[in-house]
Amino acid sequence: MTILDEPTAVWTAVCRLGDLAPERGAAALVGGEQVAIFRLVDGGVLAVQQHDPFSDAYVLSRGIVGSRAVEGVEVPTVASPMHKQVFDLRTGRCLDPAGKAPARGLPPDLRTWAARVRGDVVEIAVPA
Amino acid sequence: MSPSKHLVVVGGGMVAQRLVEALRDRDTAGTWRITVLAEEPRRPYDRVALTSYFSGRDAEDLALGDPGLWHDPLVTLVRDERVASVDRAARTVTTARGRVEAYDHLVLATGSSAWVPPIEGADLPGVFVYRTVDDVAALRGYVEELSQHRTVRGAVIGGGLLGLEAAGALQALGAQATVLQVGTHLMSTQIDLGGGEALRRLINQLGVGVRLNAATARIRPHRRGGVGRLDLADGGRLDADVVVIAAGVRPRDELARDGGLEIGPRGGVVVDDSCLTSDADISAVGEVACIQGACIGLVAPGYAMAEVTVDRLLGGRAEFPGADTATKLKLAGVDVASFGDAFGTTPGALEIVWADPVAGVYKKLVMSDDARTLLGGVLVGDASAYASLRPMLGRELPGDPAAFLLPEGTGGPPDLELPDDAGVCSCNNVSAGAVRGAVTEHRCTDLGAVKACTKAGTSCGSCLPLVKKLVTTELQKQGIAVSTALCEHFALSRAQLYDAVRVSGVRSFTEVVQRFGTRPDARGCDICKPAIGSILATTAPAHVLDGERAALQDTNDHVMANLQKDGSYSVVPRIPGGEVTPEGLIAIGAVAQDFGLYTKITGGQRIDMFGARIDQLPLIWQRLVDAGFESGHAYGKSLRTVKSCVGSTWCRFGVQDSVALAVLLELRYRGLRSPHKIKLGVSGCARECAEARGKDVGVIATDKGWNVYVGGNGGFTPRHAQLLAEDLDTETLIRTIDRFLLYYVRTADRLQRTAPWIGDVEGGLDGVRAVVMEDSLGIAADLDQQMAQHVLDYEDEWKATLEDPEKLRRFSSFVNAPEVADPSLAYVPERGQARPATADERAAALRGEPVLVAGTTLEVRS
Ligand code: SRM
Ligand SMILES: Cc1cc2nc3c(=O)[nH]c(=O)nc-3n(C[C@H](O)[C@H](O)[C@H](O)COP(=O)(O)OP(=O)(O)OC[C@H]3O[C@@H](n4cnc5c(N)ncnc54)[C@H](O)[C@@H]3O)c2cc1C
Ligand code: SF4
Ligand code: FES
Repeated sequence: MTILDEPTAVWTAVCRLGDLAPERGAAALVGGEQVAIFRLVDGGVLAVQQHDPFSDAYVLSRGIVGSRAVEGVEVPTVASPMHKQVFDLRTGRCLDPAGKAPARGLPPDLRTWAARVRGDVVEIAVPA
Repeated sequence: MSPSKHLVVVGGGMVAQRLVEALRDRDTAGTWRITVLAEEPRRPYDRVALTSYFSGRDAEDLALGDPGLWHDPLVTLVRDERVASVDRAARTVTTARGRVEAYDHLVLATGSSAWVPPIEGADLPGVFVYRTVDDVAALRGYVEELSQHRTVRGAVIGGGLLGLEAAGALQALGAQATVLQVGTHLMSTQIDLGGGEALRRLINQLGVGVRLNAATARIRPHRRGGVGRLDLADGGRLDADVVVIAAGVRPRDELARDGGLEIGPRGGVVVDDSCLTSDADISAVGEVACIQGACIGLVAPGYAMAEVTVDRLLGGRAEFPGADTATKLKLAGVDVASFGDAFGTTPGALEIVWADPVAGVYKKLVMSDDARTLLGGVLVGDASAYASLRPMLGRELPGDPAAFLLPEGTGGPPDLELPDDAGVCSCNNVSAGAVRGAVTEHRCTDLGAVKACTKAGTSCGSCLPLVKKLVTTELQKQGIAVSTALCEHFALSRAQLYDAVRVSGVRSFTEVVQRFGTRPDARGCDICKPAIGSILATTAPAHVLDGERAALQDTNDHVMANLQKDGSYSVVPRIPGGEVTPEGLIAIGAVAQDFGLYTKITGGQRIDMFGARIDQLPLIWQRLVDAGFESGHAYGKSLRTVKSCVGSTWCRFGVQDSVALAVLLELRYRGLRSPHKIKLGVSGCARECAEARGKDVGVIATDKGWNVYVGGNGGFTPRHAQLLAEDLDTETLIRTIDRFLLYYVRTADRLQRTAPWIGDVEGGLDGVRAVVMEDSLGIAADLDQQMAQHVLDYEDEWKATLEDPEKLRRFSSFVNAPEVADPSLAYVPERGQARPATADERAAALRGEPVLVAGTTLEVRS
């Protein structure tokens, strides 16, 4: 989000849009970190951390992509494949902790990366 | 502290059971040691549910309460031990076998015996009474034996509650049944003439004959032996091969008579409101007790007497509150209920009657003279109002009482807000307040939990609709949604959505959400997407990963393996019926060895290999498919396993080839996507080594074919499967299972296994049987066709995936670095295999401590 305006972020090509299946995620290694990249039904792309703070496993790209009405807005979401916590894909905010607390005292919300599609190349903004 | 006093209970019936249970619950100090002397050879059982013995329940299923009660060190149950005499002076009882027990207090709970009127021929073979498990087992055996040769004609003497139940039982056994009633109408103790007339028509419609004003003069033998015919007092006669006498009961007060206790004018041991007899060391409870001037042939007042007695034994001052004699007939297809002052004998009572002879409905409310307070009622043909009216007895009904009598669909009865002290379940004496408390204080969130917590609805079950309503209302108040809507994206239930999708023929999630969703632009969630994926799998079959379908699957279905706690997966090849060749075992072993997978035999009779990385799955499966294996669907809400025992091929006792049948069934239903997982089992004889009755569908071999049971499961709430049909040949068996499974697939809720589904679906087990065996909904041909299509369309998901490069692209570790293995996975050796490292072990390794942590390819062989 705000990273977009930060001069220090570098757009890094990750894959082609065609490598991503619609409404599913894929894991990518970006700058040594595991990032979960999601292709939405409209062709837009969003990126959050692959690490699931609740199960402490690197799995979020394998969750079900959907949407949820939050204050009247249809928000794109992913549900953890492990124990079904739901996250807002745009902000990384945990919308439903499913009655659990994150592992090892981690924050429940996810880190996000700015993502865009140029031509058919998917790019992630990596802080320089 | 060892118990200081000895309580002896004579009789091990329903009330005795409740008494012992209540005493052990409340006597926390352990003051009383209890000995129950029971004449019947089994643990106390649910006599009220005796008739269900015919619909496939066995004697075990009738067991009452927690069996652990009888292992309590302070409780001794002596079965098959009739008490012959009581010595009040010495305070001892002596049994027919000569056992002597000294008591500090004695409770008579001897119940009643069936009364057999002094009719000539009543002792002929083929004449039965209807009181105990042994009675009904003998009746069942006799009818089954005769029906091998011809249609059996049955006669029931007595047109009361019991007689009608017995007639229903005869019918369930395939016999014709005619009920002979001495008086002017059926169930004359409970309902009035108008209700009796409506009831007769309903009973006739079920195919049961009714003769009124018919007194039996004589029972005549057949020349081949056994009964042959009944001669009636009016000169008429009735041919009958079997006769059930249900003419009434008599209290078993013989011990009390011999012991010189006070006996009521029409029998029964006289007790006061504290349930004490004329001897202060002896109480009487249940049907044998003559309380407030009468013996009561119902279980609820008996339970109340048990509670009073327990309270008194522990020094309390409880008194019998008076009897609730409300009754409801438990005959499938007939609704009859009577409660309170059903005959309007209260001075000034007003009767409000609504009768529809065409629909076969008769309803009457008895009201106080100002038409406001409910005094009683009779409901025949439609007793839906019973559950909500009964607790209102003696209270003011809101609004116009006639509103309660109008048929459904005309607005229906007004919603009643029951006061907390209103009794809801009279069998177990549970008030509306207690049911609400279960939700508010004990945090029960569904009907099952409330039943377990309060006992409401666990006996006759007639209060269940009301309990359910109270629970639902209370949950709603707590803000817990009990709507049947699938999720925020669909207002329909799964069953409704299934029908909508099937009938409209839509084939994709986008179409489904646009046509049936709450918001056409929404994209679903982890609840509705897999549910719709599962629905489409049987309405419009396609590979799980085809096109948009791929986006609907949980990760398990999406990669066709089971996600484990560390993000790796497990792999289960199908081993149909549990039968595997040595070569197959070696192939699996080699795969596990080469990929370093932790290997274990599952609880479902096959082999699971754990710790596979997502990118390894295609490589592993290529090897397995080459060795002849296919997906075991351990990941799917679909058929899992068909467990088998070794059967007649090897086993000394086997009567059918259970392995062959299990293999056949597993291959037939493999890949069938369903609301929840489905498991089957096949045992080669009644010893049941395959634990088939713990499965959704259990098949047990008989000398004549196969018995099929449905609705079993293990898990959190284990259930034994119930008998659906007996002695089927293999072809009929398969057709029966086909229909059962697809009816379930179509109508169950999401993540609802077959047992709770059978509890919810229209008509319960009988309803399912009617649909599956008799095609009562006219959908059998459609179901048969759908299953035939499933069998035809089946393909191994893994094989198809390996042949499709597009699908294989989903299995890379990282889109931008497919050759890099997930660095987060870490394993340590244990008992010769690898297991995921714990958080502590990872942290220790990071700190540089000497912990052996490595990736999945860790060498662990010694
Ligand atoms: C692997 C296995 C344990 C084992 O090592 O033995 C297993 C593993 C799991 N079981 Fe199970 N169950 C396994 C046999 C059983 C059995 C025994 C049987 O099938 O005879 C039962 C009791 C029988 C039954 O299902 O009625 C069983 C009753 C459950 C239940 C409770 C279901 C219920 O109706 O209450 C769950 C929870 C659920 O499904 O909601 C469950 C859920 C699970 C899950 C899916 C839990 C999870 O979300 O991770 C596990 C999948 C792990 C995996 O990767 O495979 N598992 N599970 C067994 C696989 C059998 C197979 O060959 O496919
Ligand atoms: C088919 C059927 C359907 C029914 N349906 C309903 C219904 O829907 N609702 C309802 O409220 N009630 C119903 N009843 C009645 C209900 O079952 C009884 O009211 C209840 O069982 C009474 O319990 P009890 O313990 O007093 O007697 P029982 O359950 O009869 O138990 C008495 C036990 O004492 C034993 N015994 C007797 N004498 C001796 C002795 N000398 N020594 C040792 N043991 C002895 C007997 O063998 C028996 O096992 C039904 C009854 C039947 C048969
Ligand atoms: S019993 Fe529990 S821990 Fe064991 S396999 Fe089944 S779900 Fe997993
Ligand atoms: S009234 Fe019989 S179980 Fe509740």
